Amino acid sequence: MQEALLAALAAGETAFGGRSNLRTWLTGILKHKIVDAIRRQSRERPAQEFDPQGETEFDSLFDGRGHWQEMPDAWQQPEGALQQKQFLAALEACLAALPERTARVFMMREHLGLETAEICKELGVSATHCWVMLHRARMALRLCLEMNWFKR
Amino acid sequence: MTLLSCKEATRLLSQREDRKLAFGERVALRVHLAICNGCRNVNAQFKFLRLAVRTLSSDGNEENAA
Repeated sequence: MQEALLAALAAGETAFGGRSNLRTWLTGILKHKIVDAIRRQSRERPAQEFDPQGETEFDSLFDGRGHWQEMPDAWQQPEGALQQKQFLAALEACLAALPERTARVFMMREHLGLETAEICKELGVSATHCWVMLHRARMALRLCLEMNWFKR
Repeated sequence: MTLLSCKEATRLLSQREDRKLAFGERVALRVHLAICNGCRNVNAQFKFLRLAVRTLSSDGNEENAA
């Protein structure tokens, strides 16, 4: 993820006439970098040690009985946000802030539209691991967008 | 059937986007969502995330077509 962004930044806008093409280009790079990274990773690092209960980083959102410390509010006019360039930029920044491996799994699922089974197989991890990483990504993105957009 | 905590419900809401939940999980989740406003909001937000990433992916293409 960061590699893709860095590559994109390094090449700069000189490669393109206008800013309107930048995101198309970035998306394309992301896609290819992700595929490269998957290939590299399945060769070099078949699996990583992993805590199956590993959702502890979001434990502080809940009390001892697993109820919300602070009830999540509804986001105001999320559909309207999708029309705004600044919102999409905020989303990109939130994606870039995810841990690289988490971001990769999330983008394989949501951007490339792969099935979880395919993702697990490519990465050589268990389905449970995949679900936990996807859950982490959604929780982190939810908090990031809330802080940087919906509750600015 | 056990009642879900919000933490468990949130985890199932995420997994529902990635796998087919078992019957018992679906029932437990439905019961929880019926009484929990916060988890209903999170559900809407998880679904919105998917839409938002798709919008981000297609945004450049639409601009090119325009």
